[in-house]
Amino acid sequence: MIACPTCDALYTLPDVAEGARARCRRCHTVLTAPRKGAMTRIVMLASTSFILMLAAIFFPFLELTAAGRTQRSSIMDVVLVFADGPFVGLAIAVGALIVVLPLLRLLALIYVLAPMSFGWRPARDAIPVFRFSERIKPWSMAEIFIVGVAVALIKVAGLAHLSLGPAFWAFAALVLVVALKDNFMCRLTIWKTLEHRRQ
Amino acid sequence: MGCPHCGRVHEAPGPDMCVRCGWRLAANVPDTSLQWVWAWFFAGLIAYIPANIYPMLRTQSLGRTSESTILEGVVELLHHGSYSVAIIVFVASIAIPIGKFFAIAYLALSIQRKVRQGVHGRYRLYEVVEFIGRWSMIDVFVVAILAALVQLDFAATINPGIAAISFALSVAFTMLSAQSFNPKTIWAYGDHSKT
Ligand SMILES: [Zn+2]
Ligand SMILES: [Zn+2]
Repeated sequence: MIACPTCDALYTLPDVAEGARARCRRCHTVLTAPRKGAMTRIVMLASTSFILMLAAIFFPFLELTAAGRTQRSSIMDVVLVFADGPFVGLAIAVGALIVVLPLLRLLALIYVLAPMSFGWRPARDAIPVFRFSERIKPWSMAEIFIVGVAVALIKVAGLAHLSLGPAFWAFAALVLVVALKDNFMCRLTIWKTLEHRRQ
Repeated sequence: MGCPHCGRVHEAPGPDMCVRCGWRLAANVPDTSLQWVWAWFFAGLIAYIPANIYPMLRTQSLGRTSESTILEGVVELLHHGSYSVAIIVFVASIAIPIGKFFAIAYLALSIQRKVRQGVHGRYRLYEVVEFIGRWSMIDVFVVAILAALVQLDFAATINPGIAAISFALSVAFTMLSAQSFNPKTIWAYGDHSKT
């Protein structure tokens, strides 16, 4: 028996077929949507995202050419621009939102789900780690950053010639992979599995 | 009593934390979540005022310094003829934040007044607010990217203005405000017919 997480309507959930989804009758929240081999796929997608993320951080993602000079910027540069004066707090916030939190969330997911995809017992503290990863979800803003890059491109278009670096494409791919991964995630299934395996 | 995170059912009066996932369980009514909603709401509102008055961007070009606020940034984009981007920036930094203040106030007031009508509509509104609020950060990222790209060795230099900080704070506070809602309170006074 489960209660709808948003409206408290009670349900006795039958086994939902893989690929199907069960929604709350009252508020239409998705209750569960198990996918075949979801754990393994999430772990693979999360590992891919992690590598893409590392690439995206250190390679230049934008190249600006004006008056014969070229400036390359990596995401690290964007974070460090604010690093002096009154903008330190902003630097930390931007760094957290586009680099640290997305990375932490990926690591947490891999840590929790990798043992489960092999059918092992959950890792130590898997429960608080997974809870943490769910909590920081709204704060990991990689996809918003990508749109920001697009807007910035157009803003300076008149000022200089701009081209996209390899990291931009890594980041764009990352956004796609993360979206795909979130599509496979079924919170209820993960919690149920965590609960069963713990015993 | 159901867990708001994983749906595990506990007998009321239940424990403080869900036995499965450890999420905090709160009894639906009376509910203290609204105090947090209002606290973050006003923090966000206060931070939003300087975000609009002070400059977001300072551009130095050939010895001249020009500063532009959020609104001036949108107008500038319109002058350049980049209408689609102007619309994106306008929606993300002006329409969404202001709409969010109204939406949060409306939701909180209707819960306080124990309004019964339109639960479904209000719940949709809550979902939209939760989903869309983060997108307001775009402008902060744009400022960061521009400042990183356009540095001293070019004809122009772009620096972030003080509004970037208060705008980022305002977005964060309103996100916290929306997250503080206990969606069950929207349903609690609503229709019980369909359960
Ligand atoms: Zn429901
Ligand atoms: Zn729970």
